[in-house]
Amino acid sequence: MSLVRDIMTIAAVSAGAFFFLAGTVGLLRFPDTLTRLHALTKADNLGLGLIVVGLLPQAGSLRDGLKLVSIWLLVMLAGATVSQLIARNARQDETAK
Amino acid sequence: MSVATAFEIVLAAVVLGLGIWTTAVRETYSATVGFVAYGLLVALVWVRLDAVDVALTEAAIGGGLGGVLLLGAAARLRNTELVLTEAPGKATQVAAAVLAALTGAALAGAVLLLPDPAPTLAPTVVEHAWATGMTNPVTNVLMAFRAMDTMLEKVVLLLAIVGVWSLATDGAWGGHPGPRHRADPHGVLVFLARLLPPVGIVVGIYILWTGANHPGGAFQGGAILASMWLLTIMAGLTDTPPVSSRRWRLVLVAGPGLFLVVGLAGLWLGAAFLAYPPAQAKPLILGIEVAMILTIAVTLGLLIAGAPERSVK
Repeated sequence: MSLVRDIMTIAAVSAGAFFFLAGTVGLLRFPDTLTRLHALTKADNLGLGLIVVGLLPQAGSLRDGLKLVSIWLLVMLAGATVSQLIARNARQDETAK
Repeated sequence: MSVATAFEIVLAAVVLGLGIWTTAVRETYSATVGFVAYGLLVALVWVRLDAVDVALTEAAIGGGLGGVLLLGAAARLRNTELVLTEAPGKATQVAAAVLAALTGAALAGAVLLLPDPAPTLAPTVVEHAWATGMTNPVTNVLMAFRAMDTMLEKVVLLLAIVGVWSLATDGAWGGHPGPRHRADPHGVLVFLARLLPPVGIVVGIYILWTGANHPGGAFQGGAILASMWLLTIMAGLTDTPPVSSRRWRLVLVAGPGLFLVVGLAGLWLGAAFLAYPPAQAKPLILGIEVAMILTIAVTLGLLIAGAPERSVK
């Protein structure tokens, strides 16, 4: 039983780490603000989401699991809001030019 | 070499690199961003050292509220930075470098010359945890065994806010700190400022409550409450209070005031200044912490809001 859980964890956390890597490469390589934001959301939403999914089987109790899931939800909320604000600022700068 | 050691080496290298980059980079804004990232990574270092209480404070103050403060300063300096082309003279640069190197060497020497094992009071603290009824050793030290230091620290916070207020112009004295923020009432910032504070307030109070037995406490919880308050201010949902308001000033002195009253009561009841009667130790400490979380939240919020800029009229 614990082997199945460990395999699930390894698979999901590895997939999450891959999305973090992809998001970071995108952040460094993409040409402008909007495409960079697009890359970042992959790390926030999918990357962190998969890592949380991967850690859930290791959570000691239901309480710990709920805490992990709420961290993911809060990061998504903050990430989405900040992305919108940055994107709006970037577009205003562009039209001002 | 275990995975954990490799992770620690990488972490230390990145912290060092970020520190050097933050010092060397030219624009104030980039240096600020570097410093915020540095603060968050240092918080991770504290977690690796099993000092979760310190990590929480570092993340909340060094990475969070301190970052906001520095970003505001960077925005103010942006206009002057374009004009300021002259670098400090060679002699100043060399003197600063020598001074920094000497400080670094002294710190490194102090750490490396520590006797092994280092002298520690940790076992004594753990041994006497029963005296307060709380199991978090950090809270025990902060609120009971070395309560004097914590009380003076809160007085320092009060002095800091007086210092910030004294920067106000005569016309704005007693008025509202900072600009009046306005945001699109249907925009995302206002949406977040309506959605997040209920969650943040619960988390802040939880951090205070859990501080008795687990990492957490009034300072970390207060920092979270302050950030929720600042969010609603920045979204324009509420305004900063005028600094002449008596009620708000009362909140500012509530924490250190109650601390002082309890301390003097300890003297009056015969034991010593700041000695709690053992039976009432936990409720007394919790009472002080509740007053303190309010004081800390309002102080941190007002520190970041800045000097009064708009008169009440």
